[in-house]
Amino acid sequence: MSTFVDVKPTQNLEAFKGVKKVPHEEYYTSGHRTCQGCQSAQIMKLMAKAAGPRTIILGSTGCMYVANTSYYATPWGVPWMHTQLGSAGSSALGTAAALRVQMRKGAMKDEPINVIAFCGDGGGADMGLGAISATMCHPDYNLLILMYDNESYANTDIQISGASPYGVNTSFSTPGKVKRIMNHRWKKNIAPLMLVGHPTVKYVGTTCTSYPLQAMNSVRKALSIGGPTFIHCLNPCTKGWDFDPLLSFEMGELAVNTGIFPLYEVECGKLKLYGKTDQIAKGKFKRLPVRDYLLKQGRFAHFVDEDIEYFQSKIDEMWDKWLVPGIIPLQKEIEADNPPAK
Amino acid sequence: MATLTQSVDEKKKIYEQEALITGAEAIAIACKLANVDVVTAYPIRPYDTVMQYISQLVADGEMDCEFIVAEGEHSQFEIVKHASACGARVFCGSSGVGWMYAMEALTVSPALRIPMVCMVGNRALDDPGAFGVEHNDALAVRDLGWLLTWVDSAQEALDTALIAYRVAEDRRILVPLAISCDGAFLTHSQALVKIPAAEQVKKFLPRYDRGDLLLHPDNVISVAPQANEDWVMEVRRQNYAVTEITCDVIREVYADFERTFGRKYGNPFFEEYMTEDAEVVLLGMGTLSTPVKVAIRKLREEGKKVGFVRLRWFRPFAGPELAKCLERFKAVGVIDRDFSFGSPNLSGVVATEVRSAMYTGSSTRPPVLCFIGGLGGREVTVPDVEKMTDIVFQAAQGKAQPLTQWIGLRG
Repeated sequence: MSTFVDVKPTQNLEAFKGVKKVPHEEYYTSGHRTCQGCQSAQIMKLMAKAAGPRTIILGSTGCMYVANTSYYATPWGVPWMHTQLGSAGSSALGTAAALRVQMRKGAMKDEPINVIAFCGDGGGADMGLGAISATMCHPDYNLLILMYDNESYANTDIQISGASPYGVNTSFSTPGKVKRIMNHRWKKNIAPLMLVGHPTVKYVGTTCTSYPLQAMNSVRKALSIGGPTFIHCLNPCTKGWDFDPLLSFEMGELAVNTGIFPLYEVECGKLKLYGKTDQIAKGKFKRLPVRDYLLKQGRFAHFVDEDIEYFQSKIDEMWDKWLVPGIIPLQKEIEADNPPAK
Repeated sequence: MATLTQSVDEKKKIYEQEALITGAEAIAIACKLANVDVVTAYPIRPYDTVMQYISQLVADGEMDCEFIVAEGEHSQFEIVKHASACGARVFCGSSGVGWMYAMEALTVSPALRIPMVCMVGNRALDDPGAFGVEHNDALAVRDLGWLLTWVDSAQEALDTALIAYRVAEDRRILVPLAISCDGAFLTHSQALVKIPAAEQVKKFLPRYDRGDLLLHPDNVISVAPQANEDWVMEVRRQNYAVTEITCDVIREVYADFERTFGRKYGNPFFEEYMTEDAEVVLLGMGTLSTPVKVAIRKLREEGKKVGFVRLRWFRPFAGPELAKCLERFKAVGVIDRDFSFGSPNLSGVVATEVRSAMYTGSSTRPPVLCFIGGLGGREVTVPDVEKMTDIVFQAAQGKAQPLTQWIGLRG
């Protein structure tokens, strides 16, 4: 597409060809205080490993700041700086701009340096959305925004965010005597929002920590392609979702296999589904019932059968009715929406 | 080429230019001369004219910087905050509620030791909407570690912007600094300004060096991790330590400015006008100096010995020095272009600070009256100044006066 501009060269980060080819060096190591089975910490580790040492990482407020980076016990082996909850986009932009201008003026060695800003779903899908959107509109800066999504404000006692699923029990949406369902919102469709709304962005992808090699290669591709890029990573949260830490990986796989969380990447406007999502789209894999996913998590323990059926019907709609199944929610015909709980 | 043996006057002849420009344009030119690396803009009147000038300088190839138009003031200040952490010299600014929209970024910058230099085109806070000057916008950060200065002419705006980078980026200081320019009265008013040459500025202003605080792959540090009760108090104490030495650094920089450019500001912290034999003085910040000085000349012709003290630096507040200056007079009238609702004596911010400084720093403690006026861009007129002077004289003669009065109020 002619809308894509050429930018300063990036590091040439080729895909890791198998887990045995992944380097041993870690740039996110001991020192963090995250929960057992924490998948958000897992993507931090994979992201830093994939990016390598010539990288600057900016971290928005969220669990991956508060629980992750304590004074005198930083886990980061690359330069890292805190940024405010709504500032993932702005921090990446400011950092990339500072590097570019100083290299141009000869005040700093001219070399490709990766700039990554991460944010949680609260920082990405809610408060920081405007700043991320603005940053995606600057095609001449090389940077990656990675949103780790544990579907709640998990650091502050688990409250609903714009990325929380329908009906979920959180500390701001606890079922009560009169109302069973307190969250009537559906999860914000964040990656398509980025790719459809910002046509000059060269890479938008989804990933999940249950597929570590693929997650690292997504990061490497996003950092190599040039310009601003965005990755949405689903990270099951033992505390917020209420499941045994043993099930962390399985929970991510179930999210993909039930069709709730599709895996895909859009490279210069070209959509590619991958993994089980690709097989679902091609009819080679039958989506698992969403019941298998929901009932493994305490946050949905208050669901009655009709809630589960309603949830299933919305997933079916994603795959059967959407013009781009699982991704773009445009439909030729719209049916009435009748949730069981008002 | 100039050499060390040339006098300042000779250098000025060779380099200096003179132009008719506004206060905002003067600061834009200072940014060009300071070779600023990253500038972020977002529209709000009246500060935004500075960004119009900078955008033109960039378009004309006169200035080499990353000029980023943000999607709101919060991002505007966050972008330069992070650029500064990576070693870039930055410029930014806002007005009124725009400044307040950026408040989170303004709050975190002092503790992060970010020497961003900003222009505040002082503007009344909404609601109701008003483009005109009020000082409550910039004053909102007065307790957070920012350095705050008020200028009253385009020349002082340009000079102070250069001084600002030297002070803020000094390794002993490293905190953000805001230059306040009264909306319309200074941002949009033209005056003849002497513009120094780039070579001179280069000597005065070395490149910003963040040293071991630089965020770069060659310097693997974690900036602003979660500290909690273990260390936050010590971090605050480090910012406090900055405040203990800021006055000294400012004095050094003004002295060096005078050596380099030959322009003299005397006491950096406040300007005194006709105070030598004055019985009473008025005190204020910003462009109200113009009507006040005109009125004082008129009152002097009538034999009334009144002077004026214009506060240049509000943070740091040169308390002991100001108290020593003011204790010579029989009464002081502070003109506050701001308000501090519910404050002691229901006065404005500046009057409250002056009284606090006088309580400990002066032996005589003359009455300090507060006049709240000029809000929302209303002019402080010569008759207003005459009226205030009368009231201050009455206080000086021992006739009790209300501690706070509103001046120029309708109805």
